Amino acid sequence: MAHITLPDESLPGIVGLFNFRPETAGPLQLLAETLLRGESPLTSGERELIASYVSLLNDTHFCHTSHGSAAMAHLGHDVSLIDDIKNGFQVIEVSPKLRALLNIAAKVQKSGKAVTDEDIAAARAEGAGDKEIHDTVLIAAAFCMFNRYVDGLGTWAPQENEAYREMGQRMAFTGYVRFPIKQDAVEV
Amino acid sequence: MPHIPLPEHLPGITGLLEYSQLTAEPIRQLTQFILRGENSLTPAERELIATVVSHHNECRFCTAAHTAAADLLLGENETCAIMKQDIDATPVSDKMKALLKIAAQVQQSGKAVTAESVAHAKAQGATDTEIHDTVLIAGLFCLYNRYVDGMATVAPADPQFYTGLGQRLVEHGYNRLPNGYDHLKKQNRPS
Repeated sequence: MAHITLPDESLPGIVGLFNFRPETAGPLQLLAETLLRGESPLTSGERELIASYVSLLNDTHFCHTSHGSAAMAHLGHDVSLIDDIKNGFQVIEVSPKLRALLNIAAKVQKSGKAVTDEDIAAARAEGAGDKEIHDTVLIAAAFCMFNRYVDGLGTWAPQENEAYREMGQRMAFTGYVRFPIKQDAVEV
Repeated sequence: MPHIPLPEHLPGITGLLEYSQLTAEPIRQLTQFILRGENSLTPAERELIATVVSHHNECRFCTAAHTAAADLLLGENETCAIMKQDIDATPVSDKMKALLKIAAQVQQSGKAVTAESVAHAKAQGATDTEIHDTVLIAGLFCLYNRYVDGMATVAPADPQFYTGLGQRLVEHGYNRLPNGYDHLKKQNRPS
């Protein structure tokens, strides 16, 4: 049971929290949408892999598996391959550039200060530009927030990959903005 | 030196938020609501949560900026100084101490928050919404601190810089300034 009384205890992970506090759900959903499905030199599949990987390092099962499922949907893989993230990407094709960016994401998960000039240089040597480096750091940092939000309030999560199949497809192809958002919120 | 080229007149988070305005927008919206929106916790109390998390993450820029904002809102600088040393000794309510301890647990990991610390906060009068908002503010500053340090942004050494920045946060909050930040190019401190 969550640490606070949620209006619908049947809703898992962050979904139950969105339902509890719609005022913060709006910007949180727009952030996920912009980071994972908005403009970026990284594909949505690559960005979802970063999100799932950081969530794995934070031991947040709900975010790891749901974003893993979204990544599999983008990449055309079955949800059973989510386990390959835990196994160090032996089956999923990961470019040398993405591998270098995943290394940066893992550093960010520990601490912003853990990212070294060498980590950045290694990513640049594999072809990563400013925007790829920026987006990787921000996605990793954002999942350090989302993961703490989900676990810090003690939400529950389904165990099996299969339970995340439809959720991942929805995240990948319908997106993250499910509550009505004011028009001015999507303009900068 | 930052890992990517950022505007020199905008150190710390501001240069990042200008560099990537599409992602900045929801981050700014969330921050404005959770730190300044209608809430049973005062803006000063919420700035204390931001400060304690930034301090534990050893993020110099964010710690100095939010200490400055909290000091201005409180009208003194002792509370922040004591809080960084010892939450129990901080001159705030027992409820606030309990919430600051939950924030410090969130800084470690979401899983570090215990049922006991939540039960203790509730026994001191904290509502579900206050606990929710504390966890989300602490989570948000784990984002900010990693963004600011992970990109190796500049943290000015001059304390005056943060007094000016704190003033801007108190007066304008967290939305992007309506006319942007070009006016800062001609001077070295925020206004």
